[in-house]
Amino acid sequence: MNMNYFPDEVVEHVFDFITSHKDRNSVSLVCKSWYKIERYSRQRVFIGNCYSITPQRLIARFPGLKSLTLKGKPHFADFNLVPHDWGGFVYPWIKALAKSRIGLEELRLKRMVVSDDSLELLSKSFPNFKSLVLVSCEGFTTDGVAAIAANCRFLRELDLQENEVEDHRGHWLSCFPESCTSLVSLNFACLKGEINLASLERLVARSPNLKSLRLNRVVPLDTLQKLLMRAPQLVDLGIGSYVDDPSSEVFSKLKAVIQLCNSIRSLSGFLEVAPCCMSAIYPICENLTFLNLSYAPGLQGNDLTKLVQHCRKLQRLWILDCIGDKGLGVVASTCKELQELRVFPSDPFDAENAAVTEEGLVLISAGCPKLNSLLYFCHQMTNAALITVAKNCTNFIRFRLCILDPVKADPVTNQPLDEGFGAIVRSNKSLKRLSLSGLLTDQVFLYIGMYAKKLEMLSIAFAGDSNKGMLYVLNGCKKLRKLEIRDCPFGDVALLQDMGKYETMRSLWMSSCEVTLGACKTLAKKMPSLNVEIINESEKLESEQLEFSFDDRLLVDKMYLYRTLVGDRKDAPEYVWLL
Amino acid sequence: MAFEKDLNLDATELRLGLPGSSDESAKNQTPATLRSNNKRALPEESMSSNATASKNCDQETAPLPKAQVVGWPPIRSYRKNNLQPKKSEGEISGIYVKVSMDGAPYLRKIDLKVFKGYPELLKALEEMFKFKAGEYSEREGYNGSEFVPTYEDKDGDWMLVGDVPWEMFTNSCKKLKIMKGSEARGLGCV
Repeated sequence: MNMNYFPDEVVEHVFDFITSHKDRNSVSLVCKSWYKIERYSRQRVFIGNCYSITPQRLIARFPGLKSLTLKGKPHFADFNLVPHDWGGFVYPWIKALAKSRIGLEELRLKRMVVSDDSLELLSKSFPNFKSLVLVSCEGFTTDGVAAIAANCRFLRELDLQENEVEDHRGHWLSCFPESCTSLVSLNFACLKGEINLASLERLVARSPNLKSLRLNRVVPLDTLQKLLMRAPQLVDLGIGSYVDDPSSEVFSKLKAVIQLCNSIRSLSGFLEVAPCCMSAIYPICENLTFLNLSYAPGLQGNDLTKLVQHCRKLQRLWILDCIGDKGLGVVASTCKELQELRVFPSDPFDAENAAVTEEGLVLISAGCPKLNSLLYFCHQMTNAALITVAKNCTNFIRFRLCILDPVKADPVTNQPLDEGFGAIVRSNKSLKRLSLSGLLTDQVFLYIGMYAKKLEMLSIAFAGDSNKGMLYVLNGCKKLRKLEIRDCPFGDVALLQDMGKYETMRSLWMSSCEVTLGACKTLAKKMPSLNVEIINESEKLESEQLEFSFDDRLLVDKMYLYRTLVGDRKDAPEYVWLL
Repeated sequence: MAFEKDLNLDATELRLGLPGSSDESAKNQTPATLRSNNKRALPEESMSSNATASKNCDQETAPLPKAQVVGWPPIRSYRKNNLQPKKSEGEISGIYVKVSMDGAPYLRKIDLKVFKGYPELLKALEEMFKFKAGEYSEREGYNGSEFVPTYEDKDGDWMLVGDVPWEMFTNSCKKLKIMKGSEARGLGCV
């Protein structure tokens, strides 16, 4: 039976059940009729690279847009490899949407530059605006946050995650009008400054739908106790300051109120913490599915271990490496439902105190059969350990290993870690994201190209011997979308062998590799659907610019290329060359 | 590729000279190319450049301090900026003292460790008990206020808050009391 015999409304109704971006994109490609029905009914759009399309074209295609997700800077911007004013400005998007008749309700941004003006324009242009999520963004102050609080009458969600926000002190919270009672989620943990605690209490008191509340460091324990009294229905709690005398009356009150908060499934924060107070938390540990202690200073291995022992239902754990290998052993024997583990370094530059090693990882792999996502910072790793992990765990979707010394070999055998990572990709057929570290030769890339057939994102640093390494990956990983490489001996031959490949990918980043300006120019010329950007910040360049700026043999410091439908961007700073 | 490092002071060039790296010799085979701050020619034009470079390569044996590598380890700047150095045992436990105020029905407790100095402590006390302490001066104590912050020290003596250096104060303070001005006269005024 041919779907084209159904009236549009029926087809549209069927499409309502198709929610994933990928599926909706596929549906729109079937035929003209489906393209048309799909575009008018589409409400949520995800744009992984804000420079791949213009806001005008977005608005033209999806007039019914309600929710927009935008990502700006390349991933390595997180690690200071991209200058601050490189780009990723959200203002043009908000300006264009504001001019149009789009009834925007939700905006989710990652690694974008967000000005106070943008936030103010956003807050005044969309009467039904409900949800703002900013992750790793910068460029705004608490004044911009105040505008959102003051003007978005039906605001449900204000979620600020790990943003660099200039704090103009406290009044933003008081800008939520008394009539605002719709909040479901409020996360201001990344704000550094004071807030009006009384305003916060009143806000929580008049928000009966509040399910998620993440406080910043200045909210003290006694306020926490009062907030929990008002909002025992919370599902997700981020604690600010957690310091008090365990014998105090306030602390007793807190213990009592925590017993009432039996809906809490997710716990984070502890931005300031006294270990002696942690026992009050134990009653809610039983039900926790997500625990994030990665920002909790001063909790030693013992404190962490004691806490984790109560968390039998934990599915996701983010923790500092001071938990130690033994502590990870306790996690392995307690948290049988664990799916995601992230172990962060408490002291990234301390080479001496090996808090976690390959042992902890092996214990986890043996004890947690459902493990599918890993981020593990450690001081050393062995091939034997990785091979054991690969035997124990075959469900990895994300596997990111970061050995703090970037070119460290297997300390037992002095061999590169090729075999270990090879085992991981061979046994984890669903692997979508992989980050490598340690001493690695071209061999590891041979394995990746051969086995990592579902791989979508690969991060490489200080690895490989020759162009062959990069070519194995480009030729073998058919589903590759994002490739980011730094400090590897990959050059022009690898870059230019299959230029069409980059049209199937979102982006490629190469920094401190062996790619020349000439090769980049060639690529840019042959592939008009790609933007090839060179970032040249080196001060040394200025004096030699005259001699070398047109020399095609010049090795480029940083190259970022991405597919786009709209050609060169107009907002690049001086030191970014658009080829 | 290994040759650039000795002339390039950029500490991100970690491929050369790391102790224990067994693949150094393999890496020395790749031809040199031009870096923006390196005026040497390509190997096709000059074989001698390779030789000089190898020699320089041997000189570069000192390991580069890891902290200098830009963007390594790959931790979000936000997280790096929020990491706090490990605290010693003593720093973790607080210094809790009782605080009373004349006329107030019950006492409070505060942790002196969370304050960096007197101004912060006074502000906290003022907020907690809703009073104003007035201007402090060494000569006249707290001027222009009905209430005066005092404390009992290790010797059991009642002292005016602010006279001794902060560290000394936190180490010797046993309890705090916010006295009514009339009763505080005679304290700390020499």
